[in-house]
Amino acid sequence: MTKNLEVSAGTVPEIGPSQIELLEKLCNASAVSGDEHEVRQIVLEAVKLVADDVKVDALGNILVTKYGRGDGRVRVMLAAHMDEIGFMIVKKHEDGLFEFDLVGGIDERQLPGKPVLVGREHLPGVIGAKPIHMTTAEERKKKIPVSSMRIDMGPGIGEKVNPGDRATFATRFEMVGPSIRAKALDDRLGVATLIELIKHAPDNIDLLAAFTVQEEVGLRGARVAAYAFDPDMAVAVDSTPAYDLPHWDEEDENDRYNTRLDAGPAIYVMDFATIPDRRLVKWLVETAESSDIPYQLRQPGGGGTDAGAIHKARSGIPSVSVSVPSRYAHTAVGMARLDDWSNTLRLLHTALGRVTPNLLAGERRG
Amino acid sequence: MIDLTALLKKMLSASGLSGFEGPIREIVHEAWEPLTDELTVSKIGSLHGLKKGRGEDPKRRVMISVHMDAIGMMVTGIQDGLLRFTEIGGIDHRILPGQLVTVHGREDLPGVVVQPPAHLLPESAGDGPVEMKYLFVDLGLGADTVVEKVRVGDTISFAQEPLELTGEALSGHTLDNRVSVAAATLCLEELQNRLHDWDVWAVASAQEEETLGGALTSPFDIRPDMAIVVDVCFAKGLGSSDWRSLPFGEGVGLGYGPNIHPVLYQAFEDKAKALEIPYHRDLMPKMSGTDAMGIQVVAEGIPCMVLGIPLRYMHTPVETVSLKDIRRAGRLMAAFIVDCEKAYQDLTQNALD
Repeated sequence: MTKNLEVSAGTVPEIGPSQIELLEKLCNASAVSGDEHEVRQIVLEAVKLVADDVKVDALGNILVTKYGRGDGRVRVMLAAHMDEIGFMIVKKHEDGLFEFDLVGGIDERQLPGKPVLVGREHLPGVIGAKPIHMTTAEERKKKIPVSSMRIDMGPGIGEKVNPGDRATFATRFEMVGPSIRAKALDDRLGVATLIELIKHAPDNIDLLAAFTVQEEVGLRGARVAAYAFDPDMAVAVDSTPAYDLPHWDEEDENDRYNTRLDAGPAIYVMDFATIPDRRLVKWLVETAESSDIPYQLRQPGGGGTDAGAIHKARSGIPSVSVSVPSRYAHTAVGMARLDDWSNTLRLLHTALGRVTPNLLAGERRG
Repeated sequence: MIDLTALLKKMLSASGLSGFEGPIREIVHEAWEPLTDELTVSKIGSLHGLKKGRGEDPKRRVMISVHMDAIGMMVTGIQDGLLRFTEIGGIDHRILPGQLVTVHGREDLPGVVVQPPAHLLPESAGDGPVEMKYLFVDLGLGADTVVEKVRVGDTISFAQEPLELTGEALSGHTLDNRVSVAAATLCLEELQNRLHDWDVWAVASAQEEETLGGALTSPFDIRPDMAIVVDVCFAKGLGSSDWRSLPFGEGVGLGYGPNIHPVLYQAFEDKAKALEIPYHRDLMPKMSGTDAMGIQVVAEGIPCMVLGIPLRYMHTPVETVSLKDIRRAGRLMAAFIVDCEKAYQDLTQNALD
């Protein structure tokens, strides 16, 4: 733990086998935007004994409160989204084949030749592709449109799958060397982080944890969760892409990496949806530097988190985002480093312990 | 009774890219050992299993050829801990991004094929399919570790676990052509209880996907009087609806065309009809794309038959097959073999005309 800071929390969170096991369970669950049931059940089970108050709201968000002690407690909202990108079955065709549409931002080039799991029973299916033998060189230069792909469930599927059922990539969680390899790391890493922070909440704040729905289709859950909590400030905890691959031309440097693996939690200075309150950026940066926690500033640019909706709720809520960097978000197989996750948890826990009413005293200056 | 699903899953778990068939050969060896009298390995790496006939020496020989090699990839370079690669066998680059693979380095390493974002690719790459030369394999390891464990020339196998779909369908990589190795195994099992005069040579051939090396060499050692090749054929499905594709799960393909001896075709069709085994004529106007292309021209020429097991999404990691058709192929072959002397007489007496 830190040498030079007083942390008011009694206990310090760490990533060990039981945290990894919980992340595995979260990643392997199916929770396409609008059908977050499976992840919601896991979260409710994990927080029920440690929270002071737990509610599920009209959209399906889980709102967890953990009160601190004493006077002058700042109401800090943390948000992590439970939903993931995926598919919805839209039409049944003959021979066990189903037409599907995309839910959330998915690059259709990631789909041909992938196994998927359909519905709450996780029935296996595959997204096939035309045999190469039957394609022409000209055809192979073109993307295969989603409208011409099908999920094949086998000829005996009967009535077990119907339009409206959701599907996810079938990838199962795996630890590989220093890395975590799984689907839906965006944002189960955030969900797992929030659960640990609730378990080890510092008592100088009231911790208001929102496990949100429908982030991937428009930050819908976060908006109403922020209204309900009416917090003094908010932190969205998410996972952001690391585009830290080499340039095809080895002479050229990759100067648009967004974030890099192994460089620690990514603190946002600006994205497509939010210009974070500079006081909160400074709070996180100073915490990291004074506590020897590695961190990186996410390159300003596109993308967005739940903070995009939260900072505009009610009459405005000072907000910032922190992400665990991960490669290949919104594909079948994401990849993050265990150390980056662990440092993200450390940074947030340490920073929360340093929150005082002074942090947001005065006007916003940037 | 052989548990077909278990046998297939075991075969799919073993690597064996063209030219690197060692691991799968061991699995086939294990499966064929109780069903054959002798097992040998050819100079090029094909496995030869002999199940002796009861006839008088010198006995005639029928050869079953099923290629055991798989398509996959090979490491061509390492850049910042990420692997560049090329293909072994024919792979549509459009199915590669996001695929799980195993890199056979100094140890087997799990990896994933990744597609770099557009700004790291040449402008010509656009937002269309990314060519194989620009894709990477990411092992999730630091750059130093990667260089220690992987070298240029290491092979890469698909690693997706097989999935059991409904209606006795199985999906996975390398079902082309492990399903035919399984069919040959079922045939050998059935022959345990049937009398056959001819020697039966089961060959799990090497290098079909690249060089036909196994098909061109094993018949030279064995000198069969006729050969039955089993391979996958196209099943009707997405993007595969014309005359080249047979219905899925509704019978085996009987190859018809210049690689196939017409008398053998007729004998198989008669046998299928007699046993009420569903089949479809699989038209191969120029060539069969199977081991028969090699076998047919070995030595003074060998009469061939081609059986096809209909398969969807060929050469992807989600190839899908019906277990029913694998069983049908095994049964039909065994039935043909027990009285193949008759077909042979027709074949020698009624020369092509």
